[in-house]
Amino acid sequence: MDLVVAVLFQLVYGIANLALISLGLAIIFGMMRVINLAHGEFLMLGGYTVVVATNAGVNIWVAMLILAPLVVGIIGVIVERLLIRWLYGRMVDTLLATWGLSLLLIGLVTSIFGASTATTISPPLGIIRIGDYSASGYELFLVGVTIALFIAVYATLKLTKLGLVARGTMQNPEMSSALGVSTTRVYMITFGLGAAVTGLAGGLLAPVTGVLPTIGATYIAKAFITVISGGASILAGTASGSVLLGGINGIFSFLTGPTIGEVALLVAAILLLRLMPRGITGRFFRKSL
Amino acid sequence: MKLSRRHFVVGSSALALTAPATIGRAQSDAIKFVSILDLSGGLDIYGAPMAETTKLAIEDINAAGGLLGREVELTLYDAQSTIQFYTQYATQAAAGDKADTVHAGITSASREAIRPTLARFKTLYFYNVQYEGGVCDYNNFCTGSTPAQTVAKVVPYAMEKWGKKVYIVAADYNYGQITAQWMQRFVAENGGETLDVEFFPLDVTNFGPTINKIQTAKPDFVISALVGGAHVSFYRQYAAAGMMQDIPIASTTFGVGNEQKLISAEEGNGILASYGYFEGIDNPVNKAFLERLEAKLGADRPVMNELAIRSYEGAMLWAEAVKAAGTVDREPVIEALRSGLTYEGPSGAVTIDPHTNHCSMNVYIGDLQDQTWNIVESFADQPPADTALVCDLVANPDQSAFLFENGLEAAGIK
Repeated sequence: MDLVVAVLFQLVYGIANLALISLGLAIIFGMMRVINLAHGEFLMLGGYTVVVATNAGVNIWVAMLILAPLVVGIIGVIVERLLIRWLYGRMVDTLLATWGLSLLLIGLVTSIFGASTATTISPPLGIIRIGDYSASGYELFLVGVTIALFIAVYATLKLTKLGLVARGTMQNPEMSSALGVSTTRVYMITFGLGAAVTGLAGGLLAPVTGVLPTIGATYIAKAFITVISGGASILAGTASGSVLLGGINGIFSFLTGPTIGEVALLVAAILLLRLMPRGITGRFFRKSL
Repeated sequence: MKLSRRHFVVGSSALALTAPATIGRAQSDAIKFVSILDLSGGLDIYGAPMAETTKLAIEDINAAGGLLGREVELTLYDAQSTIQFYTQYATQAAAGDKADTVHAGITSASREAIRPTLARFKTLYFYNVQYEGGVCDYNNFCTGSTPAQTVAKVVPYAMEKWGKKVYIVAADYNYGQITAQWMQRFVAENGGETLDVEFFPLDVTNFGPTINKIQTAKPDFVISALVGGAHVSFYRQYAAAGMMQDIPIASTTFGVGNEQKLISAEEGNGILASYGYFEGIDNPVNKAFLERLEAKLGADRPVMNELAIRSYEGAMLWAEAVKAAGTVDREPVIEALRSGLTYEGPSGAVTIDPHTNHCSMNVYIGDLQDQTWNIVESFADQPPADTALVCDLVANPDQSAFLFENGLEAAGIK
């Protein structure tokens, strides 16, 4: 019984982890059809923000929950203004430009902080006991934050004026523009928000995985597969993609080992995209956000 | 000639183009030492300190008047954690730079990518990294420790301390696979039991399911051969789940990338590891070495580990052999090395074993406390017994093989 609870908890955590690293990418991809290959590096920058801030004596919660999204969000806005906005509608060019950006960011961070940083931040919060088993309390916290983040993004899109304008721009930019909406401003804010969510995710994961200039590479493939499998809807797509792929990965990792777990995740994604080329939300939950 | 702007531009760019060639010619009598290491990408946690000590070694050699009255010139290539660059730069070093010796490679995969190239071009090759053993190559000197030197020491020590039931986690490529086989062998030899063996691709960062499995299996301790930046998260997540106190960890890789500095003191306390070098070694050579390193790089210098120290000692072994041979030509230098050459370095005496082209060396067991390794036991002059089981270059020098490539079974050991 304890084992079942412990494994289920790990499963939920695996899913939340996937959702957390993918949400920022999904916002940018879903709203703007921009594929941000520097997504992994935005996560990495969130992590470094936390490391630098805590080393400077900032409270770790402030660093993770406020500074990381703020800093990376600002970086996102700058990147959008300098780079992305010249390339809207040119998907291949955006791919190349953001890939270049990712290499640039890795190089910059390496030259500032060195190849490896001494990240001596431990996951805060204690241990939760499940009978004979134990898990990190911080992982439970991350699951909670992921849920809260989804609710917050849902509320922003559904209930605020900004969300309404953003959804309108997403559905029909010409019409929104004709109605007096500044679409370039909407794109800038959306990209900034997507980057901020990514920075938050990177900051929250810093104590769990450690921070290296190249840590982004370990996230990027999974985030992409999740977003593409999920399809166009931002929240429903990311959530369904994470549940399916994270679930399969977790179950297979526990039953066999992590190698087969990763293979199972990829096989599931390939089969899924063969059957549903537009992702899960291309077939189901079409009207959802 | 009237100096127009166009002439000036053409003339000066031609000058700029020829300038490197002139410099190259002026130094052409320098001895060429090429090093290829990963200074960026996922493996740079290992490569960066190795590059620093390689530079220091060349500086020391030149400060002592060079070799044979000639200066030694270091060329350092960054392979960027990409195998393709290793082959490219190895070819460049051997055919283009006409290197007198190449010290290169971190992962076994990178070594295997360049070893045949360097053998073909008859360029003397040093691999200065602890690895799974099994290279049997007349042209290739492997100065790092191998499982019979380290795993064979840390396994019985940990079993004595913690118990007989062992759970193995390892990186999923030839180093991890083969080292895991040696671990199982040494566990069995010491009357213990291996409960499970798990392999992880190098980019895995979520170790939750594995931690559950370890909790289910209830071993007395976990022994790890995990590799690279992403795998550091295993130790963090393991500690965060409160496992460090219940089920301790011994490792054959933790520390060579200075992982002890990547996790907090509480997370790392009590981890055991075994290598050919720890900073705490109490000998005057080591103390002087660390002082000089600190003077050169400042207080935030990288912590020295076996990989970094052996890169220094590997360069010095080669330099000693050049001095003994009186030439940099490959054959006499190899013969000098294989005559049982010894170098007294920071790790103690390192002696080339002519049967395997590996080294006999001192081996230490370290216990991690507050991010510092305390040496709890040391073993003098340990031979590379694993490779010696299958390789005899004295009987047959004409070999260039990696005998454990497909596991120990293929080598007739398992």
